[in-house]
Amino acid sequence: MSAHLSYGRVNLNILREAARKELREFLDKCGGSKAIVWDEYLTGPFGLIAQYSLLKEHEVEKMFTLKGGRLPAADVKNIIFFVRPRLELMDIIAENVISEDKMHSPRDFHILFVPRRSMLCEQRLKEQGVLGSFINIDEYILDLIPYDGDLLSMESEGAFRECYLESDQTSLYHTAKGLMTLQALYGTIPQIFGKGECARHVANMMLRMKREFAGSQTQILPVFDSLLLLDRNVDLLTPLATQLTYEGLIDEVYGITNGFCRFLPPEKFSKMQLNSAEELYAEIRDKNFNGVGAALSKKAKIISAAFEERHSAKTVGEIKQFVSQLPHMQAARSSLANHTSIAELIKDITTSEAFFDNLTVEQEFMTGVDTDKVNTYIEDCIAQKDPLIKILRLVCMQSVCNNGLKQKLLDYYKREILQTYGYEHMLTLNNLEKTGLLKPQTSTRNNYPTIRKTLKLWMEDANEQNPNDISYVYSGYAPLSIRLTQVLARPGWRSIEEVLKMLPGPHFEERQQLPAGLHKKRQQGENRTTLVFFLGGVTYAEIAALRFLSQMEDGGTEYIIATTKLINGTSWIKSLMDRPEAQAS
Amino acid sequence: MAFITANWNPLGEAFYRKIELYEMGWSLRDGLKECLVAAAPYGGPIALLRQPQRPSSSARPQLEIYSSSGANMASFPWKSGPVRQLGWTVCDDLLCIQEDGTVLIYDLFGAFKRHFSMGNEVVQNQVLEAKVFHSPYGTGVAIVTGASRFTLATNIDDLKLRRLPEVPGLQGAPSCWAVLTQDRQTKVLLANRADLYILDNTSCTPVTPPGLSLQSCSIVNMAVSFSYKYLALFTDSGHLWMGSANLKDKLSEVDTKVRTPPKQMVWCRRPKSQQPSVVIMWDRLLLVAGECTDTIQYTLDEESVCVAELDGVRIVGGSRHELLQEVPSACQDIFKIASMAPGALLLEAHKEYEAASFGKCFLSNYPPEPFVSMCRDLKVLNSVREYTVGIPLTHTQYKQMTVQVLIDRLVYRKLYPLAIEICRYLKTPEYQGVSRVLKHWACCKVQQKEEPDESIAHAVSVKLGEAAGISYSEIAARAYECGRTELAIKLLEFEPRSGEQVPLLLKMKRSQLALSKAIESGDTDLVYTVVTYLKNEMNRGDFFMTLRNQPVALSLYRQFCKHQEQDTLKDLFNQDDDHQELGNFYVKASYKEKKLEARLSLLQSAVDEYNKAKNEFAAKATEEEMKLLRFQRRLDEEMGEALLGLSLQETLHALLTSNFHKQAEQLYRDFRVPDKRYWWLKLTALAEKDDWEEMEKFAKSKKSPIGYLPFVEVFCLCGAAEAAIERRSEGEISTVLSRCSPTTDRALLERLNRARSTAAKK
Repeated sequence: MSAHLSYGRVNLNILREAARKELREFLDKCGGSKAIVWDEYLTGPFGLIAQYSLLKEHEVEKMFTLKGGRLPAADVKNIIFFVRPRLELMDIIAENVISEDKMHSPRDFHILFVPRRSMLCEQRLKEQGVLGSFINIDEYILDLIPYDGDLLSMESEGAFRECYLESDQTSLYHTAKGLMTLQALYGTIPQIFGKGECARHVANMMLRMKREFAGSQTQILPVFDSLLLLDRNVDLLTPLATQLTYEGLIDEVYGITNGFCRFLPPEKFSKMQLNSAEELYAEIRDKNFNGVGAALSKKAKIISAAFEERHSAKTVGEIKQFVSQLPHMQAARSSLANHTSIAELIKDITTSEAFFDNLTVEQEFMTGVDTDKVNTYIEDCIAQKDPLIKILRLVCMQSVCNNGLKQKLLDYYKREILQTYGYEHMLTLNNLEKTGLLKPQTSTRNNYPTIRKTLKLWMEDANEQNPNDISYVYSGYAPLSIRLTQVLARPGWRSIEEVLKMLPGPHFEERQQLPAGLHKKRQQGENRTTLVFFLGGVTYAEIAALRFLSQMEDGGTEYIIATTKLINGTSWIKSLMDRPEAQAS
Repeated sequence: MAFITANWNPLGEAFYRKIELYEMGWSLRDGLKECLVAAAPYGGPIALLRQPQRPSSSARPQLEIYSSSGANMASFPWKSGPVRQLGWTVCDDLLCIQEDGTVLIYDLFGAFKRHFSMGNEVVQNQVLEAKVFHSPYGTGVAIVTGASRFTLATNIDDLKLRRLPEVPGLQGAPSCWAVLTQDRQTKVLLANRADLYILDNTSCTPVTPPGLSLQSCSIVNMAVSFSYKYLALFTDSGHLWMGSANLKDKLSEVDTKVRTPPKQMVWCRRPKSQQPSVVIMWDRLLLVAGECTDTIQYTLDEESVCVAELDGVRIVGGSRHELLQEVPSACQDIFKIASMAPGALLLEAHKEYEAASFGKCFLSNYPPEPFVSMCRDLKVLNSVREYTVGIPLTHTQYKQMTVQVLIDRLVYRKLYPLAIEICRYLKTPEYQGVSRVLKHWACCKVQQKEEPDESIAHAVSVKLGEAAGISYSEIAARAYECGRTELAIKLLEFEPRSGEQVPLLLKMKRSQLALSKAIESGDTDLVYTVVTYLKNEMNRGDFFMTLRNQPVALSLYRQFCKHQEQDTLKDLFNQDDDHQELGNFYVKASYKEKKLEARLSLLQSAVDEYNKAKNEFAAKATEEEMKLLRFQRRLDEEMGEALLGLSLQETLHALLTSNFHKQAEQLYRDFRVPDKRYWWLKLTALAEKDDWEEMEKFAKSKKSPIGYLPFVEVFCLCGAAEAAIERRSEGEISTVLSRCSPTTDRALLERLNRARSTAAKK
């Protein structure tokens, strides 16, 4: 179930095992049969840590979704609430507890806060008069969840909105705590680099926490050589662009949540888990979609050749060996069939005129063509009432690539959007402006071209089949965030001081003292390991680009990726929207 | 070396030995006569309450505290009421149980800590007898009153008094009694002459020890073993019964031939005892009786007290302090006469070759760790057994109590340097070792009232320096408890964990400081906690002002209000003159409002705020929105349409498809809809309802801003669709479908889909 986590450079299964151990310990604290009442949001992230079988082994007999009113009947001794520390959830819990029929069945209540206990919530439970009803109030520190062999996610959807729109830095505190846990398991990370306000804040908290925990330091040889903290708002452009890797497109078209994807039509596909445990998927996920077809047909040939071997198997020994490989081959064949169908579905979309037009405009913006004028494609899309998020992605992209839009142009787009989609979207537009995704041009100078040229964000001759540069993931556009990472490794940020100053927030470097004797002696030719943490989310295409860098022969650095949440332009913009009508209901 | 076995006495298969621990350093004129004595197990301290030499009304008894070696630690006249019993807690605190049921607690150095009462009814009835006992729950106290009722407190740190049920037929004190801990429950076992009862929370149950002969005799003494597993009963016929404490099994019965009731009786066992025994003490005689019928007898030449230990019995007398125990099997193997055990041989070899740890070198496969750690343990044991420290621990006891507890005990005795040395020697992680000791030292330091704040703070910071994991907040809390708020604040500044500073700062009413510390910690929950606290403490104006100076707290509080207190949110924006946010606030509120008039007035407020914020665009857009709402209402009322709530685009579309061309035209002009968008809209709307006549008029009305290609496309598409539907050809329908856009050709799409499914059914 979790073997794929231990294949990478860093064995992330250690983290998963630590999390499972803690979960088991908590469950055993509540002796006897149990029912878990879930904060629905948590079920996805928990699925990455433990399956139902683990819960069942520890006498969890029933599972419910947290909702108001009375708890469903269950003949169990313990009721355990698994919740995020949120006030509105406390009110629901209180309602559940109060309406429990005390005479009928005395059941023990427990709360497990994920990822952290909160005095505020406990206070609320106290006010509601139910705090005393809980035997155990505990916290389950689940900050960084192992998502794949080289990927950690906090699965915190609201992180970007909270940090950059609402100035609520709770998720950054959790990030810092999560990184402390990581260091407890994998050793102190000697170097910390960062760019952006949030990155600075996280680094400060980490250094402070290190001081606070001085003395309880772990004597572990550091696994990571450095940590790079990147604010999402340093690179607002990349997530707006349509991802063109296989996995990126699956996410753009169908959406991947907590590592699972539902394809359409549902009758044809069941919910699929997508990770490197599937050999074929691991091979093609990060390819540019234009290279996937070739890879699939090559794979098809290999598999059918493998099946053909049965004819050449003559001796009993040979047949036996063939049979022993059969399950693996059959799995490979069904995996191939699945991905061939998925690739066909996606191909229908990528070959459509609408997709092509959209991509053309995106690429025009990214190369700086007419970013200061009304774009007729956007106009037409509004006139034809294409999905609002698509419009917002394009307008924001134009704004970002032009370092803001002239007031008149900005107002024109906004008016068009309000008239077409409704005035209630004014608040959403306001949010986009607050986060800098949409902004009026303040200075006449547009520095995007300088950034693009210095960092080589646009590569004319991107090779989609046999890439030689990260720009293949967007068929020409090299993600800014990854370029920053790449330059940091070689030749270093000093070479791009000017550009770094144009991007928002400070950039910095910190060193953490290692206990004597834990300094790593690098072997000749041994790669460095860098943890890149994207505060506010990362896209699959960016991950693909980092994996590409890890695999480069003369790269010298391998990357492990961590983030608050895996995002794409659509889910990202959606998280910033205000939908008053939804709130009213 | 032959002398080692000189004081060994055989008891059954085993040997017992009595060794001197200390010659007592105290000088007591009458020894322990006329004294109330309490000596704590694990080589703990000894407390004496000495009656005045010449009894008179003015003379007061003297309370004295000594170490196990008899070094004086405290001495003061007893000024409170008459004391029935002394006892020690697991944390080396002295309990003095008075006749009136008050229990006074003192520390090792005789400083009063606190007191509690064993119940109101005790004041009248008085305590007849009391016992202090230890269990996994802590230190407990049990008393029996003049009314022959028992009261228990299982943990004096979490005081819950339990009055046990009445014992039938009991008058005055029972003949003897003991406290038992069984099945996680504390019970009292008592004897009333020949009758034995178990008293628990709810019942009093008569019990009979299996196989106790001479049932008619009174039970005059009883002893429960250190582990609460074994029980010994002594009858007035001189018989000693030994068995399990649950009264299920009998181990043995011995006739001691002494009929006088003993002064004291304790178990003498050790883990893996070969021959467990009971030590019985009379005035001049100490008798060790085992499971076998043998006994060992010692003459006592002075008044003594027996202290039960995990692996033996200590005998404290006026001049000597001895340990009586079963000789451990390892010692037996080595020293027993003519022993051929490897240990004995090794010892011989060692004597021959004078090589320390001689044999060890030959054991290549034997890990050296046990040897090294044993040597370390012995060194530690020797250093604490030293006369000046006076903690005579055996290795078994030391292992049971753990280093941590030993360090605690040294700390209670204020032997900080020794404690630190031991921590360093044993390489205890700083966090649990040296730092912990230093913290205690500092807590003690802050209580020195004569020293000024400055110098204490300085001394503490210098000594603790960078010691890892020091909790300055605990030290500060102690200073605050002693009424030294200023010192507490000074000390808190050294605390690296800002989160830890917050609760104490709040307690000391330094809420502003608490807020900045909470923010510093980055822990938003902590910030929320302080903010909630401030909100309740301060008046609204001050509260808002405080937040204004702390942007992090302010934005968190805003978040809180957004979900919990909408009205406060408005006040916050008002106070900050944040007109933009106020405008947004009204807009948001307008969407929750069902009534149109109220909605419009909220939007008007929004317009006003946006104007104040100089956000022209937002003000104008909101005005447009109001205009649209009014227009929709009018049309809904006049024409019976259901337009309210639609966007401008949707409204236009609805009007055009319902043939309200004039009204659409008006909206188009009023809202200055761009020509291009309006033409697209009208084109698709007309195509949707197949109004080709109107379409033609429209196309000719003026020059098309979107060109004429879209017209042609629409015609072609519709034409192709019509043809395909007519021919009911699935393939053709699909081809047309693929040319349709899901947004603009919605009506056409639906028709085509319907046609396709009917075609497919055929």
